[in-house]
Amino acid sequence: MIEVENLVKYYGPHPALRGVTFAAQKGEVLGLLGPNAAGKTTAMRILTGYMPASSGTAKVAGFDVAEQAIEAKKRTGYLPENVPLYPEMTVNSYLGFVADLRGVPSRLKKERVDEVCELARITHVRDTVAGKLSRGYRQRVGIAQALIHRPSVVILDEPTVGLDPKQIIETRQLIKNLGGDHTVVLSSHILPEVSMTCSRVVIISDGRVAAVDTPDNLTRRLQGANRVHLEIRGPAEPVAGALRAVPGVLAVASEPGQSPDGVTCTVECGAEADARERLAAAVVGSGWGLLEMRSLSLSLEEIFLRLTTTEEVSEQ
Amino acid sequence: MRGTLAIALRELKSYFASPVAYIVTAAFLVVTGYLFTLILLYSREASLRYLFGNMSVLLLIVSPALTMRLLAEEQRTGTIELLLTSPVRDREVVIGKFLASLGLLAAMLGMTLFYPLLLFVYGHPDKGPILSGYVGTLLLGASFLSIGLFASSLTANQIVAAVLTFMGLLLFWLIGGAADLAGPPLGDLLRYLAVDQNYNDFTAGVVDSKAVVYFISVVVVFMYATVRTLESRRWR
Ligand SMILES: Nc1ncnc2c1ncn2[C@@H]1O[C@H](COP(=O)(O)OP(=O)(O)O)[C@@H](O)[C@H]1O
Ligand SMILES: [Mg+2]
Repeated sequence: MIEVENLVKYYGPHPALRGVTFAAQKGEVLGLLGPNAAGKTTAMRILTGYMPASSGTAKVAGFDVAEQAIEAKKRTGYLPENVPLYPEMTVNSYLGFVADLRGVPSRLKKERVDEVCELARITHVRDTVAGKLSRGYRQRVGIAQALIHRPSVVILDEPTVGLDPKQIIETRQLIKNLGGDHTVVLSSHILPEVSMTCSRVVIISDGRVAAVDTPDNLTRRLQGANRVHLEIRGPAEPVAGALRAVPGVLAVASEPGQSPDGVTCTVECGAEADARERLAAAVVGSGWGLLEMRSLSLSLEEIFLRLTTTEEVSEQ
Repeated sequence: MRGTLAIALRELKSYFASPVAYIVTAAFLVVTGYLFTLILLYSREASLRYLFGNMSVLLLIVSPALTMRLLAEEQRTGTIELLLTSPVRDREVVIGKFLASLGLLAAMLGMTLFYPLLLFVYGHPDKGPILSGYVGTLLLGASFLSIGLFASSLTANQIVAAVLTFMGLLLFWLIGGAADLAGPPLGDLLRYLAVDQNYNDFTAGVVDSKAVVYFISVVVVFMYATVRTLESRRWR
């Protein structure tokens, strides 16, 4: 449904995208994940036909966004990073206006406005002017306008930024429900959000795709031998020393264990090898007691920090 | 086409959501009404010839006020992203904006029809020059609005757009003066390009096709420039 190939975008001499490729299947909810300034908004603006790419192609429902812009735009619903509302317009007249813009047939207009108001739960603010709406409602109106023409593709740029926790949960649920009927692409710099709502994640960092996978797979890929948690009965210092000497071990952090003569260690290993057997052998071979050993699964958050080296400046 | 209409109607409505449209309309009517009375008392002539001359000067101030917001505000608030990602062409957006401002200007001119009506009630004015004068004033206004729309596409700041428009219109207005200073070949060209030269025919009761083409060309050129500016903004 969406095919993005080798997108490059320069703002003056500065590249914001340096060859981004990804695709989304029909009915999928795809997440673009990356820190600020990674290029998520730029990619979405190209995909929605707001700006042209410097090179590369993007297709929506088989239509090239540059060559067959109108056809592609007809099938796209877009919520920009800043919700594009006119402060003096009521929600009702605004949605009517967007319906006209997006070519909803006049006889279906009222029905569609009702439909998206219901969906985004904004029916009770329909006669309020946009300038008087709270941040949460503005965002919902933004989502409603993106759905008014029943687009096959919905593109949402940071849909939950600035919302309170309750609104965030509601919005995520809403987005999740859009999958199936619509192909959804959403961007976020918040990991739990993407793992909760998306079936697949494209991690973008510094204008490049760092990884593409399901949230589960991403976790699994760096799982296993990478970090191992050990409970050992034995003297703290020698235990840590022995573990450090095991091939493949990068770092060992130890702290006093639950039992008085025990120690708890977290061992970092290289991604390539499973060091668990060697760790066990080292502990048992030294005559200490191995009380517990398990591999720690990484949260997506940690994967993210590994995949993207840029430090994220937290927003607001 | 439908997009153009939707944009034009939305814009027209939003004119009246802010006090600007009311203030401009009221000021325009008060000033033209005052001038109409004054001119009538002094000249004792049942014609609008002098009033049209004054109206054209007023349009130098009215036009920037009508156009400054059109694209600048969309760029400031980001709603331009909604327009340009909708299945409408850039030129449809530009035409819609233009039609809205032209609609308001036409309404303002329409309200001044009260003055010739008075003339008809109490005298026997010549219909021709009044009709052609209105046609000319609308064409002149359209060309001013297209220049204002272009200025509004250049910036996200309404005030900057208004000042740019006013200066542009002033320059446009003064070309005629330069024509007299310059020598024959350049002077003739400038005279052809001068606003007042083309406008005066209308107030004298002549609808010269050359002048009609002139004003329509100005509109087309500046609308085209506006479309190109919108396009190029997205490249940056
Ligand atoms: N209109 C623009 N002009 C110049 N540089 C821009 C513009 N928009 C974005 N950039 C730059 O491009 C990079 C990517 O920005 P963006 O796509 O907004 O990232 P994200 O949405 O992931 O935060 C940033 O370095 C940003 O400063
Ligand atoms: Mg962004």
